[in-house]
Amino acid sequence: MAVQDHDAPPPPAPLKPSTSERLRPVLISAISTGVVVAAVVLLVRSSEQWPAVQRQFFNWQVMKDSFPKVRSGFWLNMRIWVIAEIVILAVSLAFAVMRSLTGPIFAPLRFFSVLFIDIFRGVPGLLLVLLLGFGLPALQLPGFPKSALFWGTVALVISYSAYTAEVYRAGMTSVHDGQRAAAKALGLNQFQTLRYAVIPQAIRNVMPALLNGAVSLQKDVALLSVIGIRDAVREAQIIKDRTFNYSSFMVAAILFLIASIPLARFTDWYSARDAERRLQQTR
Amino acid sequence: MTVPRLQVKSLTKYYGQTLVLHSIDLDIAEHEVVCLIGASGSGKSTMLRCAGRLVEYDHGQILLDGVDIASEEMPEAELRRRVGIVFQSYNLFPTMTVLDNVTLAPRKVHKTDRAVAESRARELLELLEMDEFADAYPDRLSGGQQQRVAIVRAMATNPDVLLLDEVTAALDPELIGGVLKVISDLKASGMTMMIVTHEMGFAKEVADRVCFLDEGRIVEEAPPAELFSDPKEPRTQQFLQRIIEAGRL
Repeated sequence: MAVQDHDAPPPPAPLKPSTSERLRPVLISAISTGVVVAAVVLLVRSSEQWPAVQRQFFNWQVMKDSFPKVRSGFWLNMRIWVIAEIVILAVSLAFAVMRSLTGPIFAPLRFFSVLFIDIFRGVPGLLLVLLLGFGLPALQLPGFPKSALFWGTVALVISYSAYTAEVYRAGMTSVHDGQRAAAKALGLNQFQTLRYAVIPQAIRNVMPALLNGAVSLQKDVALLSVIGIRDAVREAQIIKDRTFNYSSFMVAAILFLIASIPLARFTDWYSARDAERRLQQTR
Repeated sequence: MTVPRLQVKSLTKYYGQTLVLHSIDLDIAEHEVVCLIGASGSGKSTMLRCAGRLVEYDHGQILLDGVDIASEEMPEAELRRRVGIVFQSYNLFPTMTVLDNVTLAPRKVHKTDRAVAESRARELLELLEMDEFADAYPDRLSGGQQQRVAIVRAMATNPDVLLLDEVTAALDPELIGGVLKVISDLKASGMTMMIVTHEMGFAKEVADRVCFLDEGRIVEEAPPAELFSDPKEPRTQQFLQRIIEAGRL
């Protein structure tokens, strides 16, 4: 509550910097950044090897020609990313919950969950993509899709779910014991305790880690290019094999880079808000 | 002979090999308020947790209106409806509003209609002067306000007994008064309570009976006027002496 005391010395006058005073720091940072960037660009371009590098990686004509194909491949990357991420968030939560259940009756679920997490965290994601993406369609299992795209995505989901389940589990462990005691005192059963007390707090606690996982998956979707999915990387590679020029790869790289920025900024924003919330709690 | 509302019979509990409660007997009559006092580690909080069936015990019985709370005659939901527990650290659910915290158990455990549960919750919140915070989240409230919400939450099912575990221990001194007043009002309304507390002045004022625990036993048990002014046991005298020296009585 604000203290009101008329005998107190007056508060400091509000700062009203003039326009030039406000612009000065902006100007200084802009100029210094400009100078450094110009120096680096000059240095690089004056190097004897620069024309070769430019020809191989930044060939404007090749970049322009490859853009439509790479962009449509990239669109596929983004669609796979969104669908896989949604499935991963749900599947991994189910595994984390299964692992946290107590009581002998749930022992098989716990065991299955531990086994799944141990195995698929231990196997390289690329290997899983190759195994499922090439192997399962070849089996021609009746009733199962035969597309490499489907099985490749399943491989990503399995690999990431094993990791993400552990993220959730860490979040669930970090929920204070008092919350469980309160839930028990109110008569909530095991599932209600998870649903209303533990999981909402767990998700809030690990949100930055979950977002980080989403950023990571956004790039790892490109692993599907090895099983012939015509994503951005695959398209770029096809063009490279024809032109012997790496500029198409640069187009794909730039697209991935641009796509990663909004999520990275969102993660920053969320973390800052989260920090503020925690600060308020401890006041 | 009337059956005590809450009855503790030769309650014994070990943590591993350590004996923390040693054959404790205690009867609490309807409308009676019993305070448990004693040094940290004397077993008073553990006793309250056993009585609220939050932890298991090794021997003995806890009876609610003559029915063993661990028996099949006392379904879990009924026990939770009839016994409310308030904790030192409030333990409100931070992702829910005050109103949702209070109505959660009535709605989900006791299947009360949402409208009915909410109108009862609002009545209780108003009684404790917390109605304006019904839609706020717990982390926007002060400790004292959170604790009052926690008391409302424990009261939401109209319990027969309230168990209060050091409910003012986490509060700033200036916030303690409001919570203690709420508890005094509850006593005036006839609530049966078992209270673990370090606030000797409060115990003196609100308790019908005070139990002094030491090393897992009730060493002395008397009305507050008697226990605080004329303790019989040397251990009680020693404990109270130290409290007086610390300026807490």
